[in-house]
Amino acid sequence: MEIDPLIFRLSIFILSIFVGYYVVWSVTPSLHTPLMSVTNAISSVIIVGAIIAGLSGNSDTIFSTSTIFGFLAIALAAINIFGGFLVTQRMLAMYKKKKKDKK
Amino acid sequence: MISANLSAIFYLVSGVLFILALRGLSSPETSRQGNFFGIVGMVIAVVVTFLSTDNFSVGFIYVLIFILLGGSIGAFIAYRIPMTAMPELVAGFHSLVGLAAVFVAIAAFLNPQAFNLGVPGKIKLGSLIEMSIGAAVGAITFSGSVIAFLKLQGIMSGSPITFKGQHPLNAIILISIIALIYLLCSTQSANLFWILLGVSFLIGFLLIIPIGGADMPVVISMLNSYSGWAAAGIGFTLENTALIITGALVGSSGAILSYIMCKGMNRSFFNVILGGFGATDEVKGSSTKEQRPVKSGNADDAAFLMKNASSVIIVPGYGMAVAQAQHALREMVDTLKKNDIKVSYAIHPVAGRMPGHMNVLLAEANVPYDEVFELEEINNDFANADVAFVIGANDVTNPVAKTDPQSPIYGMPVLDVEKCKSVLFVKRSLSPGYAGIDNDLFYKENTLMLFADAKKMTEDITKNL
Repeated sequence: MEIDPLIFRLSIFILSIFVGYYVVWSVTPSLHTPLMSVTNAISSVIIVGAIIAGLSGNSDTIFSTSTIFGFLAIALAAINIFGGFLVTQRMLAMYKKKKKDKK
Repeated sequence: MISANLSAIFYLVSGVLFILALRGLSSPETSRQGNFFGIVGMVIAVVVTFLSTDNFSVGFIYVLIFILLGGSIGAFIAYRIPMTAMPELVAGFHSLVGLAAVFVAIAAFLNPQAFNLGVPGKIKLGSLIEMSIGAAVGAITFSGSVIAFLKLQGIMSGSPITFKGQHPLNAIILISIIALIYLLCSTQSANLFWILLGVSFLIGFLLIIPIGGADMPVVISMLNSYSGWAAAGIGFTLENTALIITGALVGSSGAILSYIMCKGMNRSFFNVILGGFGATDEVKGSSTKEQRPVKSGNADDAAFLMKNASSVIIVPGYGMAVAQAQHALREMVDTLKKNDIKVSYAIHPVAGRMPGHMNVLLAEANVPYDEVFELEEINNDFANADVAFVIGANDVTNPVAKTDPQSPIYGMPVLDVEKCKSVLFVKRSLSPGYAGIDNDLFYKENTLMLFADAKKMTEDITKNL
């Protein structure tokens, strides 16, 4: 009997929860704010679904209800992707070590 | 055109890169590289999607236009946002993830052929279940985050909004969501899909309004988690590994952060979710207030104490950020260091309005991160330090949490500030903090209250040093 591909996806999902659990516990508390902004950015990989929806029309139906929702979702996710990664980068650039030559 | 198998492998690669992006955050040195991995993962996912749809006609142009449009808005916000406003920004971003998930679910429901999910009215059962769960969680994330954003921004009052029958109402709505998903899957009715979305928006709104301003760190973390589960739900619908992995990562990340925040406040998760904290306590705090003697001093006294100290621990709180005193504080610390005084910073887990917020604010003021310590790391050092300088923090230093089982904050981990030889407490007045309770520290023999605006007082002390 063949296994439903859903089971494989479910396995990936469950294992990823465990990976996430251990990886996030190892994040230093001082970087919890960048952690939130970067998780925000990566969860916007949902843009792949939005792109598929946006590209689903042919030349006559570029703007159907479904593609319009796709386009809107693309814009929302893009705000998050650019905003999330850039603000994370901006924050991380501020974390500096003590200057040894100062004293 | 690339094969479905090849694109699945690429999605897996970008999922792994996202894991590495989070892994990088284990230390500030590796974090920038981690962020780079995240960006690469995202680029791979987007490019592979374009290649696998293999449709570079007019639609492709529009997709690019919308990416550029959103991207430039995002980039503009990212460069302009002040670091004090990070909690609002993150709440706002969560709402966008939620809404994007809802929109993708709508698109998939209206045009399932594009996603290989069947035809309208005959969507594959499994896909429909996943889609409706993703849409419902996305809608809850959206409306919940909007409320959190409004509360943080101060547009909506931070005090909890409660009414009679709130919890039964919420319970009924949550049950009706499950019933709606069941009905939707058996009838495939478009109307039920819209009702489901409407009800989910409503419950997100109702779940967050009773939660008070002080609990916002938990709320933001929780919504972070929801946005992950929403993404995962859509990931199952689209059979996309990158989305499933990411959703699981973000979901567990948010859950862990909520747990850490709850622990920092010694509150159970359910206690926070049920809400109402802060409203009743405020009344109690003002009525039981009694007059007790306090010692108050000026900048000169504070400067004298610090000049004669050999080690100083700074305890910053959200009040410091409100007063924009972080730069003035760092200047004061620089002067102290020139006098060979050892200075370190002590950060409570719930200092600030979101996890790690205070660390970002100090980093922005050029405070080296290796001078900043977490509660467990530094709590034993207070007994050996000469001066504790509390600026903008209150409840997190209250010894009552250790001594009085009657106190609402009893059992909450606090910084052992009172063990210092002397305590300098910068505050505008003797008013109680968020938890609405009096701070015993004010009346201790070795505490000197500095009644002033945090920024002005810090600048004055620096002048007197």
